[in-house]
Amino acid sequence: MNRQVRRVGLALVVMFLALFLMASSIQVLRADSLYSDSRNVRASYETYKTQRGPILVGGVPVVESLPYNDAYRFIRNYESVIYSPVIGYFSLFSGSNGLERAMNSYLSGQSSAQFFEQINALLDGKPVIGAAVELTLDPDIQRAAWDAMGNRKGAVVAIEPKTGRILAMVSKPTFDANLLAGHLYEPVNDAYRVYDEDDDQPLINKAIAGDLYHPGSVFKLVVTAAALESGQFTTATRFRNLKTYTLPGTTTEIRNSGGSSCGRGETVTLETALIKSCNIPFAMLANELGDDRIRAMAELMGFGADLSIPLKVTPSYYPEDPDVAQTALTGFGQFDVRVSPLQMAMVSAAIANQGVMMQPQLVEMVVAANLNVLQDPEPKVLSVPISRLSAGYLTRMMVDSVEVGVAGRAGISGYAVAGKTGTAQNGPTDPYTLWFTGFAPAEAPEVAVAVVVEDGGGIGQNGTGNQIAAPIARAVMKAVLDK
Amino acid sequence: MSNTSLTSAIPKLLKAVPRSRNFEAVLLFWVSGILAFALAQVQLAVLQKMQWSLLFYWALPTLGALLIHFVLRKRAVSADGLILPLAFLLNSLGIAMIYRLDLAEAARGGTALFADRQVWLSLIAMAIAALVIWLVPNHLVLRRFPYLAGIGALVLLILPALPVIGRTRNGATLWIGIGDFTFQPGEIAKILLAIFFAGYLVSRKDSLSEIGSRVLWMRVPRAKDLGPVLVVWFATVGVLVLQRDLGTSILYFGLFLVMIYTATGRAFYVGVGVTMMLTGALVASRLFDYVSRRFDSWLDPLSQDNYNAAGGSYQLAQALFGMANGDVIGAGLGGGFPQLIPLAESDFILAALGEELGLAGIFAVLAAFLLLIYRGLRIANSHSDDFSKLLTTGLAFVLGLQVFVVAGGVMGLLPLTGLTTPFLAAGGSSLLANWALVALLLVISDSSTRRAA
Repeated sequence: MNRQVRRVGLALVVMFLALFLMASSIQVLRADSLYSDSRNVRASYETYKTQRGPILVGGVPVVESLPYNDAYRFIRNYESVIYSPVIGYFSLFSGSNGLERAMNSYLSGQSSAQFFEQINALLDGKPVIGAAVELTLDPDIQRAAWDAMGNRKGAVVAIEPKTGRILAMVSKPTFDANLLAGHLYEPVNDAYRVYDEDDDQPLINKAIAGDLYHPGSVFKLVVTAAALESGQFTTATRFRNLKTYTLPGTTTEIRNSGGSSCGRGETVTLETALIKSCNIPFAMLANELGDDRIRAMAELMGFGADLSIPLKVTPSYYPEDPDVAQTALTGFGQFDVRVSPLQMAMVSAAIANQGVMMQPQLVEMVVAANLNVLQDPEPKVLSVPISRLSAGYLTRMMVDSVEVGVAGRAGISGYAVAGKTGTAQNGPTDPYTLWFTGFAPAEAPEVAVAVVVEDGGGIGQNGTGNQIAAPIARAVMKAVLDK
Repeated sequence: MSNTSLTSAIPKLLKAVPRSRNFEAVLLFWVSGILAFALAQVQLAVLQKMQWSLLFYWALPTLGALLIHFVLRKRAVSADGLILPLAFLLNSLGIAMIYRLDLAEAARGGTALFADRQVWLSLIAMAIAALVIWLVPNHLVLRRFPYLAGIGALVLLILPALPVIGRTRNGATLWIGIGDFTFQPGEIAKILLAIFFAGYLVSRKDSLSEIGSRVLWMRVPRAKDLGPVLVVWFATVGVLVLQRDLGTSILYFGLFLVMIYTATGRAFYVGVGVTMMLTGALVASRLFDYVSRRFDSWLDPLSQDNYNAAGGSYQLAQALFGMANGDVIGAGLGGGFPQLIPLAESDFILAALGEELGLAGIFAVLAAFLLLIYRGLRIANSHSDDFSKLLTTGLAFVLGLQVFVVAGGVMGLLPLTGLTTPFLAAGGSSLLANWALVALLLVISDSSTRRAA
């Protein structure tokens, strides 16, 4: 009978072997896919077990996890809505967005840089505390930009040209992240639905994402840069000065804004055309350059490229294959050119920084709970789209735009301000998109800005970039210069 | 030939385990320490401080184990030295996990607490095991009452299907209840069945194994001798229908097949029996909704349909999520979310252990079971009389099969059943039956060495 007993034993060993294999399959081979299954709430509970790190602006937390007497033990507390577009939200039920999402691995203490902390935590049984993320934003400039925008819809970006550090980033309308950070499903879900279904898309940071905007005349900076860099054109290159211009191959007539010619005389220089922001010379220039050379310059300046600041930036767009008439329209930023406010701020910053475009950056430093510095991004050159000489010419023309041209409302007494306005058309009767981009002081730039105001600033087709966007940019630049 | 020397060295090493009670005492001390550390870790991780209640959860089970230990010193001094520490270890891990789940339940304001009860029931079960060892110094007395045991088993099996006292949980009618007190008689029935089969087969094994005609390579027994197989098969299928639980019928039928095989050495019975069982299960899965739902959930636990279905795979999927969270080394006691798995304190306690102790913990628990079973089979091997061999093989196998069916169900290897995890799960009948089973193994091991000596 002992033979049978041994065989029964063998059968049991085989059965247990099957269990060992199954357990290994679940806990090793399939562990990751099971853990990340959307129905597995452990991952979201897990993030609440550790005290999530704060996000700081000027050394002061603008969001932090405070102790809270429920199963999650902490609640996320957002200090001010003015940072909402940048910080985003971290919700149990609606996912996460903004830096809360982009910096999640650091904030939650799960980044690979915190490996040794995690090992320590495993040994002493205490959970890892999330790292603190210090932003490049300046609270005063952010506040100035927020206040200057008032109730208008749109976005403001301010960059330090030498370093790419983002000093202010505002998008309006925005949301209250505290409403999404609650621990009860119903109110959070209701708040999320209201925001999500709002036509103004308050959950989207329009400074870097969303549907982007037609740039209108601010795109003339890119076209001028392409012209100067081509070697075929100088600021003194002359174009025919017409009152109306029929686009090549069509019967469509275009006009300069205001409907007159670009100053007096039979011809007009590129310089005057830019200072007065005339459309007809730029349509001609665009056709002489051709879409390929404009697109090449746009791409050098960051169009079409993925960018992480570390928020994900929607790439700006220059049309793929425009015909001659369409190319002429792109010369003054119409047709299908679409840009983000950040992209235009980068263009101004590159001009301000003598042709060198720096990588925009929102994160100043990431510091672990044990005060180890986990990340300390150095300023990084993104590209050199234009020569120092071209940058100088563009600066002079932009200063003239503010001092004698159509961007006068951006002027700050005692400083040379460089700027360019834009008033983009979105359709025959749709309100304009109003733009300003520029920098100050022109001789030693401290800040480059881009301002976009949607819906014509509330006055349809009556507003201009100079009238509505330029004063906002002025307020932001003044806040920097006053510091 | 280093290969053979290695493989032969392991059994030799295991044979070398002393049967001295002092060795057992050292192991019990060690396991008691594991229980104390586990409880302390649970309290520190969940409550962030230690509480005096730890002593209660530690002292009572330790007291029970010591009670058995001292009874063994008096009445069965040369019993196997590993069985008691292994059973105590498994019982302790169960208590620690149930206590941990209680703390999570209390934290969310729940009142479904099990740990206090489990600790008292463990003590009672161990006291009864001590009593069994005290009262049954020689297990051969059991051989005198095979039919009494058989009838007793049958009555216990039918009880839950009776009106008034029968209780149904999660679709399976495995409980009887009087007021708040519930009991799962099938757990005790498995021991009685093993006694019955052992007694019956010892007297019939010759006719079952030798008479009959040869067909192909197998010797087919006479219809008359095949009769009992059919009777037991019908009885287990009856259990399946009445109690709506596949696991219980697999357990009893499997026990019967293994014991008849051990008695006769005829693979024919196993072949025919497994075929009949599979056929029965397949037919049942077609005929009965509750069986077919279990099959669907088993085949694809993560499909949204099964996940959402009432009585579907939600529980199994949660168990898989939990085990995945445990990874290799586990989230640590108090560090995971085993409270998210429904019935984590009973049917799914293995998944809860898998989440917090990881693959390493699952391996350790399964290895403890395997070692316990191995000790049982070793006793069977060393015994000279057939009744003892059969009974011990039956007891060891039924324990192993139950672990296999439960663990297989929790991990999605087999369809889910209503069986409990021996020693680990919350529940008195399971503790009582398995401690009684251990008591029998200890008594039999004692007599085997006495005879050899």
